[in-house]
Amino acid sequence: MILSSEEWGIVLLSLQVSLVAVGLMLPVAFALAWMLARLRFPGKLLVDALVHLPLVVPPVVTGWLLLLLFGANGPIGRLLEQTLGVSFMFRWTGAALASAIMAMPLMVRAMRLSIEGIDRRLESAAETLGARRWRVFFTISLPLALPGVLAGLVLGFARSIGEFGATITFVSDVPGETRTLPIAIYSALQLPGAEAAVTRLAVISILLSLGALLASEALARRAGGGRTNHVL
Amino acid sequence: MSFEIAIDHRIGDRQIRLDCRARPGLVALFGPSGAGKTSILNMVGGIMTPDRGRIAVAGETLFDSEAGANVPPARRRAGYVFQDGRLFPHMRVRANLLYGRHAEAPMAFDAVLDFLGIGHLLDRWPATLSGGEAQRVAIGRALLSGPRFLLLDEPLSSLDPARRDEILNVIERLKRELAMPILYVSHDRAEVERLADQIIAL
Repeated sequence: MILSSEEWGIVLLSLQVSLVAVGLMLPVAFALAWMLARLRFPGKLLVDALVHLPLVVPPVVTGWLLLLLFGANGPIGRLLEQTLGVSFMFRWTGAALASAIMAMPLMVRAMRLSIEGIDRRLESAAETLGARRWRVFFTISLPLALPGVLAGLVLGFARSIGEFGATITFVSDVPGETRTLPIAIYSALQLPGAEAAVTRLAVISILLSLGALLASEALARRAGGGRTNHVL
Repeated sequence: MSFEIAIDHRIGDRQIRLDCRARPGLVALFGPSGAGKTSILNMVGGIMTPDRGRIAVAGETLFDSEAGANVPPARRRAGYVFQDGRLFPHMRVRANLLYGRHAEAPMAFDAVLDFLGIGHLLDRWPATLSGGEAQRVAIGRALLSGPRFLLLDEPLSSLDPARRDEILNVIERLKRELAMPILYVSHDRAEVERLADQIIAL
């Protein structure tokens, strides 16, 4: 399939936005999943609810909340602008932030399930063999949770590559900055005679999502060694 | 003096109490299911904390609620063989055996392989082992972690009669050759009478 250079730009931008979003969200989501699975603390219910918010409210509302918090006049947005010089408005960084927030609930859920599924008696066994806390975490807990972490990454990436509502609300449709695949498809649909472009972009986005699923399956097989531990 | 255990612990509506000073050798904790035998092993191994009491092994205090002492499990050097083996499913047998490797292990790696007859299993995954094989690997893993004492939790319970005899022989040899305190949990009287130097009934 032949893509125009503008369309290639859209694909690369989408990949960039989604990879950065999922990459940055990975440690955050894992920490949240671990907290929710393992710790008891006051306000846990609130944290759980906040994590799930982007899953249950309309994406437009999530985008609007991002505008309020991270916009040029939002409290966090202004702070980041002044201290780190990072701004989100009409920039691809904003698209990545919106994608990350939208991917968060799915990533946390997948990881939390697999952390809750770890047989904690194996962790005790490792302790009696002389392993300190961090060694138990890196050699027992994390590898056993790995299928869920991979599943979370794939779900997050798929959610991210398809993200539309929060992104367009938060950072609008700026060609070359925030015009990711879904936004480009939507824009093209507004123009007469762009069916061919829409088809090309739609096929690309389907291929990207399927590719992510297959990659995760391959990774899970590898990580699982001889065992049968699959994301799919 | 081997095990000195004086503990008082409540789990739900069940009270676990024990006050004993064991002689050297193999000490059997004997009693019906649900008497708290495994809980006591867990407390000696450090993966469960008793409400009150004191636990010492070979003169070293591992837990003392009055003195506020509680040695973490990673530093107790207990060779704990669990009832269900608890081999790490994501590591091959070799990695399982070497997980707790300690310079002061009572037997070298090759000696352990010979002693337990598990040399041919090194590249297998735990899921592919039979019950007897898994139990021997679990014993090997505990021995290689440089234990100062052994905790054996019904190591025969998941095995068929032929395998039971094989593991019984292994335990008798351990007892003879290692001369370290062994706390052995069982609900089988014949087994306990064959192995134990001292029986503590719960």
